[in-house]
Amino acid sequence: MISIENLSYEVGTARILQDVTVTLPKGGMTALIGPNGAGKSTLLSHVARLLPIQTGKISVDDLEVGNCDSSALARRLAILPQQVHFATRLTVRDMVAFGRYPHSQGRLRSEDHNKVAEALEAFGLTPLQNRFLDTLSGGQRHKAHVAMTYAQDTDYLLLDEPLNNLDISAARALMALLRDLADNSGKTIVIVVHDINFAAQYADHLVVMKQGQIACEGKPVDLVTKALLTDVFDTDAHVALIEGKPFVMP
Amino acid sequence: MNNRAAIAGAAAGTFVLAAVSLFVGVIDLTPLDVLRDPSALTLLIDSRFPRTAAPLIAGASLSICGLILQMLVRNRFVEPMTVGTGQGAALGILLVTVFAPTLSIFLKMVLASSTALLASLGFLLIARRLPPTQPLLVPLVGMVYGGILGAAVTFFAYQADMLQFIETWLSGDFSGVMRGRYELLWIGAMAAGLTYLIADQIAIVGLGRDASINLGLNYNQVMILGLLVISIVSALTVVTVGAIPFVGLIVPNIVSRWFGDNLRATLPVTALAGGALVLLSDILGRVLRYPFEIPVGTILGVLGAFAFLWLLYRGPKHAH
Repeated sequence: MISIENLSYEVGTARILQDVTVTLPKGGMTALIGPNGAGKSTLLSHVARLLPIQTGKISVDDLEVGNCDSSALARRLAILPQQVHFATRLTVRDMVAFGRYPHSQGRLRSEDHNKVAEALEAFGLTPLQNRFLDTLSGGQRHKAHVAMTYAQDTDYLLLDEPLNNLDISAARALMALLRDLADNSGKTIVIVVHDINFAAQYADHLVVMKQGQIACEGKPVDLVTKALLTDVFDTDAHVALIEGKPFVMP
Repeated sequence: MNNRAAIAGAAAGTFVLAAVSLFVGVIDLTPLDVLRDPSALTLLIDSRFPRTAAPLIAGASLSICGLILQMLVRNRFVEPMTVGTGQGAALGILLVTVFAPTLSIFLKMVLASSTALLASLGFLLIARRLPPTQPLLVPLVGMVYGGILGAAVTFFAYQADMLQFIETWLSGDFSGVMRGRYELLWIGAMAAGLTYLIADQIAIVGLGRDASINLGLNYNQVMILGLLVISIVSALTVVTVGAIPFVGLIVPNIVSRWFGDNLRATLPVTALAGGALVLLSDILGRVLRYPFEIPVGTILGVLGAFAFLWLLYRGPKHAH
């Protein structure tokens, strides 16, 4: 369980997060949605201690973010930031292996090698494992980054816009993989997505943000309505129900 | 070419160069002389061995430092001598020579390393504020920053009537290397060698702050450790043989082109290639205008230019 209490964050005079209190349940997949600039990424970055907490408190199970051992948190929680740009030349395999650093401190044991192989296999990267990242396409590189996060093998996976750069088949495959991790490996997935339909289709729980605050939260079927789109997203779109799940007509 | 073959090849090349270097100099010396003539053995131990070891060590440690700095700054176009570290070291030595000339050599080195560290930290703080979308700004700002520090060094040296020292510190030259005059370089070599222990950490820092924190790394601590090594090596090199340009820039770039940036695998190759390059330059400097010498920096400048042109046009291709 990730509990966030009274979290505020200001840059200059701009209030990016305003007194956010929310609990992200353990297990399953939680999607953070909301219009651009709502503070979704900022919230995620705070949970992953990438930004210093100005006011408020965040804890991941028994670990208090900011006060606990950073390497202990790295074995509990992994984040895939929104824009990953690595300037260094690494092979796909080398980079995915760095995901094992919190567990191995650089000396890979056989279980680490297995996990790396598993991550490469899960993302179809095994044939590319000895290629340098800068020789791959944007989508393949993105998969390698996700595979690195996967190899970190933490209870909590935070992914900030993991569907960027991916075609429809890769996007569905990734969501299905995350769904599988949540259902069968007991992982907790927290994901920021722009496509409400992807969120409604795959997530168990939605947290909607607007202007640095939590607007509402709940099950996709209860939450994704014409009213939500008008109030939060400021757009007048039609919502249909297909096979029991809400679908926003683009 | 795989990594092991590269290490073996670089090691063999370095060995051959070292053997050649031992028998190149103003006084004729052959391997047979060493066995027959005790004074030849003395020459070998007092002059030729130091003259061979110094370029190897300096080249290897400067290449490692170049690679580390490039990882810390996340920019391929920097090396310690172009971002003010060398000038910072020179400033420290100058100050200590003027104000506390009686200090022990060890304390002098500590002070010179400290000013080098301060200078590098200053650069790092500036470099962090530069937009990552403009990678060429980093080396340009580094050169301006180094230039300003260099101007300060020259000013103080002028005031203290010590300009001739500046010349020896800021332009690398191995002609003065003899037993008893270069051993400080070994300390730098040890510092550079110890970075192998944190090779993974430095490679992760090269992935950026967010990736480092996500993996539970103490980002600032690794940063400081890396800068510390760079500063110590720079200070010791500047004092002992003078600043040697380019090697920290070209060698890591070439090695990275071929083998990537998994430091645990590439640090040994980088060190060997750097040592070999500087030694080769020094041998050429000894031979080309025999019996006179050309400073190693000049030779490296020419070799470096060719190496970069080759790298641009013929180097291993990869898509962007």
